[in-house]
Amino acid sequence: MNAQLQPSGSAYFIDTAKPLVETHALAVIVDNEPGVLARVIGLFSGRGYNIDSLTVSETQHEKHVSRITIVTSGTPGVIEQIKNQLERLVPVHSVADLTVSGNSITRELAMVKVAGTGEKRVEALRLAEAFRARVIDASTASFIFEITGKTDKVEQFITLMVPLGLVEVARTGVAGITRGAEGMKV
Amino acid sequence: MATVEMTGAEIVLKALQDQGVEHVFGYPGGAVLPIYDEIFQQEKVEHILVRHEQGATHAAEGYARSTGKCGVVLVTSGPGATNAVTGLTDALMDSIPMVCITGQVPTHLIGNDAFQECDTVGITRPCTKHNYLVKDVNDLARILHEAFYVATHGRPGPVVVDIPKDVQFAKGRYVGPKNIEHKTYRPRVKPEQDAIRAAVELIASAKRPILYTGGGVINSGVTASKLLRDFAAMTGIPVTSTLMGLGAYPASGKNWLGMLGMHGMYEANMAMHDCDVMINVGARFDDRITGRLNAFSPNSRKIHIDIDPSSINKTVRVDIPIVADVAHALEDMIRLWKSKSLSLDKKAMDHWWKQIEAWKARDCLRYKKNPDVIMPQYAIERLYALTKDRDTYITTEVGQHQMWAAQFYRFDEPNRWMTSGGLGTMGYGLPAAVGVQQAHPKSLVIDIAGDASVLMTMQEMSTAIQYELPIKIFILNNQYMGMVRQWQQLLHGNRLSHSYTEALPDFVKLAEAYGCVGIRATKPSELDAAIKEMIDTPRPVLFDCRVANLTNCFPMIPSGKAHNEMLMGEDVPDEEVGSAIDAKGKMLV
Repeated sequence: MNAQLQPSGSAYFIDTAKPLVETHALAVIVDNEPGVLARVIGLFSGRGYNIDSLTVSETQHEKHVSRITIVTSGTPGVIEQIKNQLERLVPVHSVADLTVSGNSITRELAMVKVAGTGEKRVEALRLAEAFRARVIDASTASFIFEITGKTDKVEQFITLMVPLGLVEVARTGVAGITRGAEGMKV
Repeated sequence: MATVEMTGAEIVLKALQDQGVEHVFGYPGGAVLPIYDEIFQQEKVEHILVRHEQGATHAAEGYARSTGKCGVVLVTSGPGATNAVTGLTDALMDSIPMVCITGQVPTHLIGNDAFQECDTVGITRPCTKHNYLVKDVNDLARILHEAFYVATHGRPGPVVVDIPKDVQFAKGRYVGPKNIEHKTYRPRVKPEQDAIRAAVELIASAKRPILYTGGGVINSGVTASKLLRDFAAMTGIPVTSTLMGLGAYPASGKNWLGMLGMHGMYEANMAMHDCDVMINVGARFDDRITGRLNAFSPNSRKIHIDIDPSSINKTVRVDIPIVADVAHALEDMIRLWKSKSLSLDKKAMDHWWKQIEAWKARDCLRYKKNPDVIMPQYAIERLYALTKDRDTYITTEVGQHQMWAAQFYRFDEPNRWMTSGGLGTMGYGLPAAVGVQQAHPKSLVIDIAGDASVLMTMQEMSTAIQYELPIKIFILNNQYMGMVRQWQQLLHGNRLSHSYTEALPDFVKLAEAYGCVGIRATKPSELDAAIKEMIDTPRPVLFDCRVANLTNCFPMIPSGKAHNEMLMGEDVPDEEVGSAIDAKGKMLV
């Protein structure tokens, strides 16, 4: 019964077999008070959890409530533990695992600066159209594209831009929400 | 609601009074002077001046643990706050309710590296349940009441309220504690009835059940201990407890197996290993308890009652989780058990108890008596025999003496045993005794100490003298950091690197220097009389009990081993001690 245990931090966990690591997106509703983000990320660093992506913004100004979307990776046991540990923080209202609920959408936005002239410049613009990336700034020697989509789409676009003169990328990180009429408990 | 204008410092005192706080442990400094000025001008809240802020936090822990109330600490900014960090962490690990008010430099100086400034909320964020920096005096009263609410509700813990000096001077509105709760923090205390039903059915089907109880039973309150006793009595299930839970079920009770875990009883650990249904009541599968996880109680179905959902499935996967306060869960389980007139299979239980009796017959605490030298185990046995009929509270430091105290001192009531379990803080016991004695002025309060630990917070003897707190510091003096030495013997070829204290003070003279009483015992024959003298002395006592230097604490589950691979007491030859832990185990703490 204990064979498939994945304790996170116990000194007695000496089995070296690595169970399957999954990537999950968690939505965390918090009071937007000073230090709340430090509490959340301090929990991750203090307990040795991973943060692959993090976005945060106040979503209800009158109630001072913020929504944090964290993409994290770990074994199913660790993910469950992360959720429980987050819920234990006093300013946290609720936590939803968007990946487990399955029925959710995640998006991120990236701004991609590409410099070049001639054929490379034309190719970059053509690819941008194929990816539905918008040109938000242009000079005779550069473009800045704005691309929105799932992480892998953004990744793929950036990869394609590398040989075409990629200079710089700014990404927002992942934001996520569940489909349907139901909202998250605030 | 009518509101009154007060200064921040007045609000602090008013809030403490409204929360029913009688005692505050603290140390003044520049950034809390306005609050100290208010303390001076009132009489409802008594302030106990400690000698070091760590002492204040441990005293508050002892106070809280022995009364069930919230401990309160008041310290200044910078070093005052950083010195309190050890005690805050200790309280977090052991779930002790505490509110710690820290002074802070004035708001306009925050972030300027001002004198005695530190980022208190930043430093204490991971070592508190929650913390606040008060920037507006009009939030102060609400935050203070909220701090008490958070500290005492759900899984208890320490809460820091950091108050800049200008906020202490500023005038603002006071609001009373009525209807104050946190806007979102609502810990679940009532169990889900489906889980209770499933648990009760599982227990009724058990053939080899065991109750594994922890500090959660103590934290839940006296009712929880009472219900635990009722449940054990009506079902006949054997009871073992963690270090933190001692006293919840009486050591004189007939279902008692003794403490479990690394230095727990053989019968308790064997029963944990072989049980078929484990009922974890307010414990958290700590690594000192489980031993090697993948060999931990391999054939049992597990029920886990815990108020903190993050404790469930953290290290050990359980079959029936019950998120609830222990008292509520036990109450519901007892009601259901009675209403269904359930009982356990008598034949199976007889068989189970017979097996337990056979394990008990190993007499795992047996040790070689010595007519010339006081064995540390003997010292605790005598201390227990001579104090058990009194109104006694025991605190400890951390190390071998702590384990011997847990093994040989027997607790029949909750809240009588104060020890640093999770963090393992050497120096906890003496200031904790100060706090306990302050809460129970007429009781006998004994700190069972080690010679190394006690020196870490020795200065609090001065506090005990000042406030006429007749605490008894019973030092098992073996001139070593005994547990460190034992591990060096186990793991490092008996190379005793820096575990021998070459220049210990003369504790009797030290006692005199502090103005208390020093007593020394060096032979078993003089021990009883010396202990009696200690008990009869109405002043603080430092008792220097010279014990055998190289005694090891047994039984023991060596690191990386399972419950049924215990190292037993007196017969272990030194070679076996040296090779008890294998290469994998050596990596562990």
